Amino acid sequence: MIQVIAFYLFATLVIASGVFTIMSRNPVHSVLWLILAFFNAAGLMVMVGAEFIAVLLVIVYVGAVAVLFLFVVMMLDIDFAELRAGFIKNFPLGIAIALVLLAELVLGMGAYRAGILELGTPDGTAAPLLGETNIESLGALMYDRYLFLFEGAGMILLVAMIGAIVLTHRDLKTTRGHQNINKQVSRRPEDATVMKQPEIGKGIEL
Amino acid sequence: MTEFFQSLGMNYEWAWGTATIAGILLIALPLMLSVAMIIYVDRKVWAAINLRRGPNVVGPFGLLQSFADGLKVFLQETIIPSAANKGIFLLAPIITFTVALLAWAVIPFDAGVVLSDINVGLLYVLAISSLGVYGVVMSGWASNSKYPFFSAMRAAAQMISYEVSIGFILVCVVLYAGTFNLTGIVNAQLGHGFGIVNAYAFNLLLFPMWVMFFISALAETQRVPFDLTEAESELVAGYQTEYSSMSFALFWLGEYANILLMCSLNTLLFFGGWLPPLNIDLIPWFDIPGIVWFLLKTFFFFFMFSWVMATVPRYRYDQLMRLGWKVFLPLSLFFVFLVSGWLMATGHYG
Repeated sequence: MIQVIAFYLFATLVIASGVFTIMSRNPVHSVLWLILAFFNAAGLMVMVGAEFIAVLLVIVYVGAVAVLFLFVVMMLDIDFAELRAGFIKNFPLGIAIALVLLAELVLGMGAYRAGILELGTPDGTAAPLLGETNIESLGALMYDRYLFLFEGAGMILLVAMIGAIVLTHRDLKTTRGHQNINKQVSRRPEDATVMKQPEIGKGIEL
Repeated sequence: MTEFFQSLGMNYEWAWGTATIAGILLIALPLMLSVAMIIYVDRKVWAAINLRRGPNVVGPFGLLQSFADGLKVFLQETIIPSAANKGIFLLAPIITFTVALLAWAVIPFDAGVVLSDINVGLLYVLAISSLGVYGVVMSGWASNSKYPFFSAMRAAAQMISYEVSIGFILVCVVLYAGTFNLTGIVNAQLGHGFGIVNAYAFNLLLFPMWVMFFISALAETQRVPFDLTEAESELVAGYQTEYSSMSFALFWLGEYANILLMCSLNTLLFFGGWLPPLNIDLIPWFDIPGIVWFLLKTFFFFFMFSWVMATVPRYRYDQLMRLGWKVFLPLSLFFVFLVSGWLMATGHYG
């Protein structure tokens, strides 16, 4: 009973905050709603017994990704009039995207009703979980059975990261004072200052 | 505690519910009290190092200073700037405060004295501590004022940078302990050093990790060498600038509850939690309740936090970022490599 109530609570909140994410005019509010959606999704994960995935969801998405979203969105100069001006122009495009998504949903529902897609061993049976806790079974699958797929995913991420760095890297030709921390730290007052005792009425020459 | 309530004649569900609520109160109320006292300790230590007297007027030795401050802010008027985003402005201190309390649910104070002994305890603490930044970022944005905004920008970048290296440091500890459960991590430290020392910190591979964890904890809680989010000389009071009365006090309480949490994590992960320092039965210190050891060690780390605050000047922002990304991240990554290699080579994992 309590599980059912909790499930509907989490599920309703996920959907509601998802709706508010796209409905709210202020992008900062959107990000905050998105965070609420992540949280409730984590709650759903806990309910199916995948507490490790739930905590990872909070650490990675709420703790890092959404902070970066917020970081970028906060710096937007929000002009509501401008937001509404583009509405009519982009209306057909929006309708088109909505139709695609609707088709996806219908197809997804149809596929689901036809029976769940089973991943795992070649003969179609689902892979049995090894180990007792979440972490152990996940580790046993990722570092044993799917080791090369896992490493492949890692390589893809690495390539993406290098690509992002290469795209944004600019080799500045100007001498933009490169810092030498050792030099800064090892600098002593004697190297930087000169003590002068000028006579009264006379200036000093450096 | 569930059994105790069951013995009073409740059925299991009611007893469990009552026990949980009682446990929450038993953690949260002493925590708030100790936050009040620890603020006093902080000010006293700071004053002593500066050769000042510190708070000494309210109550004997000024012991009631924090309570007087609390009463003062309670009686003040809450001012909401007219240009602020009202909802988020009021939500931000509540989030800071709630998040600061949340992580205490998995902290074991003694063997078995823990509200929720979950398998992913350490990850949970990491997840919750990464949420602390939202209070700062939201307050900075919602205040609609330039200094809080700068502060929020700094806080977001700073917390993300240091979380990465904290994650890798914790991986080293978990590799040694073989579990994410905090109770399990403390138990794994029993007699870790030659069967005598109950701590991870004196392991040659983990000692540098502890030093880095301590510094990262300072950065994560925005304590003094890294308190760029509220640098008085540049940003007035950072994200707290527009706040007053209770909403300001909530930030304050949350901040110190987070500092205490980091001190207790230092204790649990590297200094053997509730275990006495040495694993020698001749001295009767196993008879001292574990919670006393836990609180003493936590207090010691808080003293170190105050000490650092009184003696170290503030970092420049680029130095802060350099330390996080160019020093701590590669070093902790290298140590993950080293620790796992060492554990494999010595047959720690069969």
